[in-house]
Amino acid sequence: MERAGTHGEMTLTGEKRDWTHSLQDMRQQAAIAAKVFIQRDYTNGTVCQFQTKFPSELETRIDKQQFEETVRTLNNLYAEAEKLGGSSYLEGCLACLTAYTIFLCMETHYEKVLKKIAKFIQEQNDKIYAPRGLLLTDPIERGLRVVEVTIFEDRSLGR
Amino acid sequence: MYLGLDEPVRECQYNQICTRNSLPMETLGHKKKKIPRRKWQVFPGRNRFYCNGRVMMARQTGVFYLTLVLIMVTSGLFFAFDCPFLASNLTPAIPVIGGVLFFFVLGMLFRASFSDPGVLPRATPDEAADLERQIGAANGPSGPGYRPPPRTREVVINGQTVKLKYCFTCKIFRPPRASHCSLCDNCVERFDHHCPWVGNCVGKRNYRFFYLFILSLSFLTVFIFAFVITHVILRSNRTGFLSALKDSPASVLEVLVCFFSVWSIVGLSGFHTYLISSNQTTNEDIKGLWSNKRAKDNYNPYSYGNIMTNCCAALCGPLPPSLIDRRGFIQSDTTQPVSHSNGSSMYASTQLHTHMAAATPLLHSNSVMIGGGGPPFPGKSSLVVPCASLAPSQPSLPSMPGLSCAGDMLTLRDPDTHCHHHHFASPEETPSPSGPMPLTLPCAAHMTHGGHIHPAQLYDPASQDSLHEDSVRGLVKLSSV
Repeated sequence: MERAGTHGEMTLTGEKRDWTHSLQDMRQQAAIAAKVFIQRDYTNGTVCQFQTKFPSELETRIDKQQFEETVRTLNNLYAEAEKLGGSSYLEGCLACLTAYTIFLCMETHYEKVLKKIAKFIQEQNDKIYAPRGLLLTDPIERGLRVVEVTIFEDRSLGR
Repeated sequence: MYLGLDEPVRECQYNQICTRNSLPMETLGHKKKKIPRRKWQVFPGRNRFYCNGRVMMARQTGVFYLTLVLIMVTSGLFFAFDCPFLASNLTPAIPVIGGVLFFFVLGMLFRASFSDPGVLPRATPDEAADLERQIGAANGPSGPGYRPPPRTREVVINGQTVKLKYCFTCKIFRPPRASHCSLCDNCVERFDHHCPWVGNCVGKRNYRFFYLFILSLSFLTVFIFAFVITHVILRSNRTGFLSALKDSPASVLEVLVCFFSVWSIVGLSGFHTYLISSNQTTNEDIKGLWSNKRAKDNYNPYSYGNIMTNCCAALCGPLPPSLIDRRGFIQSDTTQPVSHSNGSSMYASTQLHTHMAAATPLLHSNSVMIGGGGPPFPGKSSLVVPCASLAPSQPSLPSMPGLSCAGDMLTLRDPDTHCHHHHFASPEETPSPSGPMPLTLPCAAHMTHGGHIHPAQLYDPASQDSLHEDSVRGLVKLSSV
């Protein structure tokens, strides 16, 4: 029993050393203080749009105008992806005629716009959000349900 | 460094699943010796995947094979027995057109059956916790035994009030027109129905394939029916009816199959043509959501106004990509819902290291909670976010009757070692999955003990033995203090 006890203790201490070390690594990177989720806005139907309402948790971090501009641009990009028009109909008919094998060679219009969106988010993160300790997650990684804004702990406070 | 069940330490039993590496927080993928796992392998719904995640179907596929067999056998008999006669006596265009139709039908069938219907991925633990918090704030505080009323949100779309329901399994508010398929255990966007003939749900992404399948199949059925009859008539003009039947016996079978299929398939095509032209789903039509009988000024807010636009939108509109990324690799720093063969799932929050990182610098604050994952059975949520801004005194589990924070919480014995092996319970593997579940229910009262973080847990000793094989990370569980 005692042997098991000491074995347990020893192991715990050994583990503790490793764990604290890796935690310190984490701390040096950045600590996540909170996450804010911008939900979808369904007032225009099932098109992918996000609410432009400014969340209160971000008040201290970023300008309201800036944030709303980001969300509005995102919404416009998604609207462009889902737009019904001549070009999308043409693509649809062509695809149907080729029994959808054409998508083995080329991307759908939606996928092209998704790439544009990914680039836009990257750019916004680099220029605007990362310097303020925020990080936008591409909504496609959350199933187009939310725009996840990760708020990192302010490095100037406590260490 | 492995503390198994058979090593009781003092009076405590450490139930810990630790990997051989120094970092105890490992994903299921890492446990398998660095073979990266794809997301379909841990998909929480009740789907089956083939071809390394390229093909996605429902669990029950027997009827799909029946469909396939019926189509292939009937068409095969047609091409083998009737086409030679028809080609030589009428025109060779008949087998050609028949062939084109046949391949189109099969192509559309496979496309409808094998593609993702528009499954909505389940909420990450952080999202779920955030929603729970919002709903909790809206509903007001409630005791642990009280299940709040079904959660709904109302939204006005094009002048019509639509209710968005909260899905307890997926932990999201379903978008309009989405529905949860109980057979596949997924929320599907623009859910039409679950089709056993096709072996999959019919939703936003595969509705056009389904429609083209039934449309082309009705053409094919009518085509085969008509030409088999023609064949038999032509033959009986020459040799008499009975000997005509004797010469081509397959024709009888084909006529029978086609006769019964025509009624159902053509009827179904007609029905779906109506649905497409009015931009409704089968689900909505059956419930009569937009019918005038419900209310005088009830109308379909999704309709574009005219039939042409509705049809074009449904059939030729942009094809949205799959949201579930089945062939993607599991990232170690994202949270993945983990599934088991019996269809129920467990959240393996691999963000523990970020949680701990968040927790450690926030040692001085009172309101720290460490995320723990129990299995999200329908109606039971158990996920918490490491967020200093969350209200500390509320365990964010309003839908967990019978589990009280105060009752069975145990704190870790040793307050100095705040780094412990953490263990996740996977109660769905226990013999009685409907019983109380071992969960991580951190309470701030215990958490602030000595200013250290104590992941406190509700522990069910009876299920201990079957748990140690299943967990992703180690959390120390104490059976007695």
